[in-house]
Amino acid sequence: MIVASVLLAALAVALAWPVPARLSRAAWPARAPGTALVVWQSIALTGGLSMIGSLLLFGLSAYGDDPITAVDALVSVTLAGRLPVGATIFQIGSLTFAFLLAGHLVLNLAATFIRTERQRRRHLDLVALLSDPVPGEPRTRRLDHAAPVAYCLPGAFRSVTVLSDGLLALLDENELRAVIEHERAHLQQQHALVLLSFRSWGNALPWFPIAHLAEIAVEALVEFIADDKAREVVDGRQLASAIAIIGSSGSTSGGPPDVDSPAADLRVDTRVATTRIKRLIDGPPQLSSSSRVAIRAAAAALLLTPAAVLLSLIMVA
Amino acid sequence: MAQLGDLERSIMDALWASESPLTATELQESLEAGSAGVSGKQLAVTTVLTVLSRLEHKGLVVRDRAVRPHLYRASSSHADHTAELMHEILGASSDRSEVLARFLGQVSPEEAATLRGLLNSPPRDSGLSA
Repeated sequence: MIVASVLLAALAVALAWPVPARLSRAAWPARAPGTALVVWQSIALTGGLSMIGSLLLFGLSAYGDDPITAVDALVSVTLAGRLPVGATIFQIGSLTFAFLLAGHLVLNLAATFIRTERQRRRHLDLVALLSDPVPGEPRTRRLDHAAPVAYCLPGAFRSVTVLSDGLLALLDENELRAVIEHERAHLQQQHALVLLSFRSWGNALPWFPIAHLAEIAVEALVEFIADDKAREVVDGRQLASAIAIIGSSGSTSGGPPDVDSPAADLRVDTRVATTRIKRLIDGPPQLSSSSRVAIRAAAAALLLTPAAVLLSLIMVA
Repeated sequence: MAQLGDLERSIMDALWASESPLTATELQESLEAGSAGVSGKQLAVTTVLTVLSRLEHKGLVVRDRAVRPHLYRASSSHADHTAELMHEILGASSDRSEVLARFLGQVSPEEAATLRGLLNSPPRDSGLSA
């Protein structure tokens, strides 16, 4: 079990820094954003599982030589209110930390979800009072404000796309169509849930720079995916033009650029608007389908690794 | 539900328009007057009361229980609510706004200048398609 614990620890370390750092600098994600999103999810999940798994296995090695005997012993010894003979403080500490970390991550996800849900309800209430429906566009409302903004709010029954008067004044009909299709793609593909999971991860591990790196990368990928989806219905140049018009209007920035963000430290390209326009106008072709399948298969294999390690320990015993 | 939503909207509009707090009956009368001949439906005071308690629950309406009948007023002005909404939309709050996906997030001044350059390479459409 010690060997397996070390293997999982090595995997956790690889997924905590070098792998995501390389992925966030790679060029291919913009050519296959859907696949890249799968890879990020696999890295985050596998990283968490290996970290917790490694700590668990190391701690359990005090209780037995294979996972099943060890869990049995853990339950009976702990219920008897004792510690196993010969257990070191590192093993007990490792076991405790594994449980705390797992609980912390799960509770944080739940807390993020509840807080977001509350904010979303409040926001929907305000939108319902302050905006008017757009004739001919289902679930679309216009807000009487000069700043050019467009966004979507997900909801099981009440998802809505909001456009401001400022935006309507800037864009022509085709550009507006492109913006609406982009927002619909976000709603259809449940991007809010993906973003929420990564935000929760970032909030849960604030001392873990890679979590914020992942969040930034995923935010950009989700935009690329929605752009590609919109491009199936509208001309990519109309969408690019909408991005450039809104981005250059100057009133979209809510404050000074965040120079102290982790992205600035890690030199990630955060110029998402420019990247989106380049992709839409003369972006490199999509990654070949065979490459995409291979990458997705690798991501799935990665996700299965911690379970496979555990299973092999049980089989050997 | 959609009708209740419309009613919430009308009631809030009436409260925002009014200079002083209103009773449910006054609200019902002003709504009847406003929508005369449009819906053609009678609006019961009990319905107004139901909607008002929903709005109170949502924190949008404040009820003065010290007087009979109860007086209702909007918790904040229309402008303040709009400001709250825009604050959330533009993500100016210290913690990131987590509820919504904006078409375009924050753009730094340098990037805005780049984008302006893209647009100004004449004329607008060909500038981008080049």
